[in-house]
Amino acid sequence: MSSAFTRNHFELLGLAPGYAMDLAQLESRYRELQGQVHPDRFASAPEAERRVAMQWATRVNEAYRTLRDPVDRARYLLGLKGFDTGEESNTAMPPDFLMQQMEWRESVADSRASHDAAGLKALSDELGSERADMLRQLERAIDRDSNYDAGCSLVRKLRFLEKLEEEIDEALA
Amino acid sequence: MALLQISEPGESPDPHQGKLAVGIDLGTTHSLVATVRSSSAEVITDEHGRALLPSIVRYFEDGRVDVGYEARAAQADDPSNTIVSVKRFMGRGVSDVAKYGALPYRFVEAPGMVAIETAAGARSPVQASAEILKVLRDRAEAALGGELFGTVVTVPAYFDDSQRQATKDAARLAGLNVLRLLNEPTAAAIAYGLDHGSEGTFAIFDLGGGTFDISILRLTRGVFEVLATNGDSALGGDDFDQAIATHWRVGNKIADARGGDTRRLLAAARDVKEALSTAQHAEATVTLSYGQKARLQLTRAEFEQLTAALVQRALVPTRKALRDAKLTPAQIDGVVMVGGATRMPQVQRAAQQFFGKPPLIDLDPDQVVAIGAAIQANVLAGNRGGDDWLLLDVIPLSLGLETMGGLVERVVPRNSTIPVARAQEFTTFKDGQIAMAIHVVQGERELVSDCRSLARFELRGIPPMVAGAARIQVTFQVDADGLLSVSAREATTGVESSIVVKPSYGLSDDEVARMLQEGFSHAAGDRDARALAEQRVEAEALLVSLEAAFARDGNLLSAHEREGLAAPMGALRELREGADHRAIKAAVESLNRASETFAARRMDRAISGALAGRRMEDLR
Repeated sequence: MSSAFTRNHFELLGLAPGYAMDLAQLESRYRELQGQVHPDRFASAPEAERRVAMQWATRVNEAYRTLRDPVDRARYLLGLKGFDTGEESNTAMPPDFLMQQMEWRESVADSRASHDAAGLKALSDELGSERADMLRQLERAIDRDSNYDAGCSLVRKLRFLEKLEEEIDEALA
Repeated sequence: MALLQISEPGESPDPHQGKLAVGIDLGTTHSLVATVRSSSAEVITDEHGRALLPSIVRYFEDGRVDVGYEARAAQADDPSNTIVSVKRFMGRGVSDVAKYGALPYRFVEAPGMVAIETAAGARSPVQASAEILKVLRDRAEAALGGELFGTVVTVPAYFDDSQRQATKDAARLAGLNVLRLLNEPTAAAIAYGLDHGSEGTFAIFDLGGGTFDISILRLTRGVFEVLATNGDSALGGDDFDQAIATHWRVGNKIADARGGDTRRLLAAARDVKEALSTAQHAEATVTLSYGQKARLQLTRAEFEQLTAALVQRALVPTRKALRDAKLTPAQIDGVVMVGGATRMPQVQRAAQQFFGKPPLIDLDPDQVVAIGAAIQANVLAGNRGGDDWLLLDVIPLSLGLETMGGLVERVVPRNSTIPVARAQEFTTFKDGQIAMAIHVVQGERELVSDCRSLARFELRGIPPMVAGAARIQVTFQVDADGLLSVSAREATTGVESSIVVKPSYGLSDDEVARMLQEGFSHAAGDRDARALAEQRVEAEALLVSLEAAFARDGNLLSAHEREGLAAPMGALRELREGADHRAIKAAVESLNRASETFAARRMDRAISGALAGRRMEDLR
């Protein structure tokens, strides 16, 4: 028999598989489902049922966490299409992005060395708008053009941006 | 004894037949128990009408134990046998408690956690906490007129895994059935959320006796969601007492205080601190051990100046929590004050300045956590209908593993919604390596030495391969109480070995049984009678619930599978009539294991039904 447990994240939450996401709908589906499976609903049930509830709630949390995050969602969707984003193995980037990457890294290092919080904040804003732009490209590449190779390349770039933003966050902390 | 009543799944039992459930706030300075009676939550008081029980335990040579006010009255005269603020020692080793400064106890290293040498022998913080919980259990059972079905015990949101485990162990030792460990700020939000019907994003500012917690919570349409949590496990009202006592000692040239004098000064400091919440000036007279009478005084202005740095320290984790939640102070709709220390005007003012709005102080800050815990206990016991709220809590600290060079590889990031499972692959370092040491740590720092060590175990039986070829998948599972278990397996060659570990501070069932035996003053016969009664109830509940499940969903099992369950059910029915509580316990466990597939299919059917129903809705 086909198990609800092994459905993919989109099916589990009753959503059409696609990159564009109605976050309000995602959230309400998540809460509806979690309301059914959460261990709190089984706190006085036999142990077997409590264990199953924990596994389900874990599964539902994982689906929601993945679909809510725009980069995780893209990576997951590309995986469903049979494409591996290869962030660990494939570090090849287009030359212009590499140049840009080096510039950003240098300005993080400079601002850090000179304790320039305003500089870091400005850079963080710049990365933020860059990221928003890439997310729009990602939606086009996956949903409209079905260009999954381009999607993978964008996910790799976004992963790089995430790491850089973490560094800036740490420097600002 | 009365058997537990089980209603059909999803249906509300008769409200007049509710199970006895309580919430317990096991605090650093005092503890409380509360329950829901005729649909309103209230704190259960002692025979003198007092709600608070001082979290103080005094041990005597003859094995007698005083808990609460009697113990507090004796603390200056018998400091080494009177354990104060035991919560600070929960799940902690000798090196941790050394950081708390001079304490009048003889600490001894014990497996997993520090113990204190008392007149009655070495006692662990788990045992001392269990004494406090037992008093609260007795108080509740006397007031409610029966044995408790279940309890929700609160812990600071910032408690790590070993502290949570120790708390749960203490509750088990006190004979409590723990329905859930609940984060204190979440409990406070439940109390406020229901009383005020509020929706929005709230900051719970909890300054207790020994710990500070800040949590950012969102309340929407019946869902409580913890967005972020942070804190300082060594900042609390006690530090304000210390600041006053130190000020007096220096200002009045009181010689280096002895054990009893320290306590007397601190007690006077606490009284003056409390008085200054409403007065501008307060004083106390202390008679020191060498006969000197000291008249001590303080103005509110002096007090605020002395403690300005402590108040500022609370704002550091507050900023971090807001950053994690990606919110600004202005986006917080309300600030809930919890803990007696938030009665201090300078603390309320600091919160008001930081958030730009006056904090909520209409519920008693000492009672609000216990009230919230009682409301949640009532829900978990199934005493309310199916349209209740859902609590989505997070883990407070990241969980990871030690990798080469003493570095931490983060596996589950902090503020992940629980329950959560994350797996990560690791590989071997040397050719032909057949075992791997796995070291589980908790914390945000990059070096293992800066994080808390939770557990170490070895994965053996890895097939010999060249370095880097093995694929060791380590899985972290955190349950709804925030407790972790870790398993590891090697999967490349199809050879699998796996082990599940409990963090090092956790007590095994055998250890709890042994401690129960040591601690009980009852005769062995009483103990067995109680255990037998408990196991019979457990067996009955399981059988009734499985029979109901068969009636509804029996067609999910093949004839063969039904037979497979009928055998252990029959065995349990027979054993239930006997007097061997260990045999009943074993049969309950084996029936639980045997019925897991059935439970999984039933859940699957329920979810599939819901998914199908939704598709019909979408078509309309």
